[in-house]
Amino acid sequence: MAERGVIELDNVSHSYGGGELLSNISLTLAPGAFHFLTGPSGAGKTTFLKICYAELVPTAGAVRLFGADVRGMDRDQIARTRRRIGVVHQDCRFLDHLPVIDNIALPLLTAGQDPDDERNNIDELLGWVGLRARADALPPELSGGERQRAALARAVIMAPDVILADEPTGNIDWEMSLRILQLLVELNRMGKTILIATHDLNLIRAAKAQVAARVLRIKDRQLNLAGADL
Amino acid sequence: MSGAADALRLLRGDPRAGSVVPPSGFTARLTVFTAAAMAFLAVFALALALSAGHLADRWGDALARTATVRLSAPAGQMDTQLAAVMEVLRTTPGVATARPMTEPEQRALLEPWFGPDLPVETLPLPRMVEVTETQTGFDADALRLRLAGEAPGAVLDDHTRWRRPLVRAADRLRGLGWLSIGLIGAAMGAMITLAANSALAANAQVIEVLRLVGARDAFIARAFVRRFTRRALEGAALGTAAGMVAVALMPGGDGTGFLTGLGFRGLDWLWPLALPPLAGLVAFWATRFAAFRVLKGIT
Ligand SMILES: Nc1ncnc2c1ncn2[C@@H]1O[C@H](COP(=O)(O)OP(=O)(O)O)[C@@H](O)[C@H]1O
Ligand SMILES: [Mg+2]
Repeated sequence: MAERGVIELDNVSHSYGGGELLSNISLTLAPGAFHFLTGPSGAGKTTFLKICYAELVPTAGAVRLFGADVRGMDRDQIARTRRRIGVVHQDCRFLDHLPVIDNIALPLLTAGQDPDDERNNIDELLGWVGLRARADALPPELSGGERQRAALARAVIMAPDVILADEPTGNIDWEMSLRILQLLVELNRMGKTILIATHDLNLIRAAKAQVAARVLRIKDRQLNLAGADL
Repeated sequence: MSGAADALRLLRGDPRAGSVVPPSGFTARLTVFTAAAMAFLAVFALALALSAGHLADRWGDALARTATVRLSAPAGQMDTQLAAVMEVLRTTPGVATARPMTEPEQRALLEPWFGPDLPVETLPLPRMVEVTETQTGFDADALRLRLAGEAPGAVLDDHTRWRRPLVRAADRLRGLGWLSIGLIGAAMGAMITLAANSALAANAQVIEVLRLVGARDAFIARAFVRRFTRRALEGAALGTAAGMVAVALMPGGDGTGFLTGLGFRGLDWLWPLALPPLAGLVAFWATRFAAFRVLKGIT
C-alpha cells in the first residue's frame, strides 16, 4: 500500500442532487504537509473540505481519516475523529450566546474535559492569536479578523494533527491576512498537516516564501496540482 | 445500561455543559407549568384511586358472607318462631353460624337513630339473627322459601344484594383513578416531547456546531435532557405540594361516606411523594428519545 495519509480520498465524487460537483478525486494528505486548495468561487472548495472532516459523505468513493473509512464509523467515532481535525469554517460557526473564551474552550467541554483544568492553555492560546483583551466579548461583537483568529484558536485547542481552514482570510485586510497565515505556518512548523482553501493568490505567494506549500486546484470538477506559476 | 449511567451523571449535574444550549425562558416556564398542573391532577387521581380502594376493601369485608334474618312476630309467638328460624338456619347448607343478637347489641344498632335512652325491652322490636356464610355461601332464594314456610314473620336481609354493586363501583373507580394517573403521565410525556422538539428545532444551529467540534450525541442530548428533567421535577414538586395541601383541606368526616372519605390516610400520604420523581423520569425519557431522534438527522 502507498504512503499512509492522515486524510485520504479515493475516487471521490459528489453531487448535491443536480450534476456532479466533484468527479473522481483522489488525494493523500501526508502528515506535516502544507497544502492550499484553490479554484473559482463555487468550484467546490468548501464541499471538498466538508468531505475531509466528514460533515458530508460523498456520493461515491472512499474517505479515510487517520486510516479509518468514514463509512464504517458510527456517530461517536465520527465525533472522536473530528476532535483530531481542527477546522476553521468559512463562517466561523460560533455559539453566539457564549463569550469568545468559552467558544474557544468548547471542544474541550464537549470532549468531557474540564476547561478550568486547561485555563493556562486557553490563556496562552488567546495570547497567541492576540485576543486576550477580547476573551469575554460575544462573537457578534468581534471584527472579521478577530473572528478568524478566534476560530483558529478553537480549531487548535484540542491539539489536532490536521488543520483545515476555509477562506480564513476572506473579508479581512491584507495585514491581518498575513498575521493569520503566520499562525498557520507556525502550526505547520510544529508538525501539523495544513490545508487552506482560498482564492487569494497573493496569500499563496506569501506562504510559498516561507514554507514548501503545494497548491491544489479544483477546475472542471477535477482536482489537480497547480503549476509553478503559483 | 447507558441510560442509567446518563441519569446518574445528570443528577450529579454539570451546569457548564448545560450552558452550551442558550437559555429559553418561555418554553422553560411552560414546561414547569405543565408539570405542575399535571402533578396537581395526579394527586387527585391518586386520592380517588386510594380512597375508592379503601372503600371497596371495607365494603367487601363487611359483606364478606354476612346476612341477617329479621323476625317480627306477635309477642307470644316470638320464641317459637325464633326457634324455628334457628332450626332452619342450622340445617341450611352454606350457613356457617347463626346467632340471635343480644339486647345490648340491638340497642347499639338503634342508638344512632333513637338515642341511648331507648327502652328497647318495651318496644315491639323485631329480633335479629346474625348469619355468616361458609366459603361457598348459601342459596338465598331457597332459604327465603324455607323461612316463609317455617316462620312467616322472618325476613332474610341479604346485605350482598345492595352492597355488591357498591363494591363493584368502588372497584371500578379505583381502576379509573389509576388509569387517570397513567393518562396524566402519558399526556405529560407527550407535552414534554413537544416542548423538547421545539427546543431542539430552535437550537438546530447550536447542535450543528456542537457536532462539528466533536460532541457526541449523548453530550448534546444531555444538555437538553438535564434541562427538561429539572423543569419537570420542579413543576411536579410544586404541583404535588399544592395538590396535597388541597386534599388535606378537603372537609373530612368519619371516612365512611364517599365524598367525606376522599383523601389520604396514614401511609397513603407517601404515595404522592412518588409523583415528582416519576415526572422527572417521564421527562428524562421523553427528552432523550426526542433528542436522539433529531440528532440522527444531523451529521
Ligand atoms: N448544501 C448544498 N446543497 C446544494 N448545493 C450546494 C450545497 N452546498 C453547496 N452547494 C453548491 O455547490 C457548489 C459549490 O459550493 P462550495 O463548495 O461552497 O464552493 P466554494 O467553496 O468553492 O465556493 C455551489 O454551486 C453551491 O451552490
Ligand atoms: Mg467556500
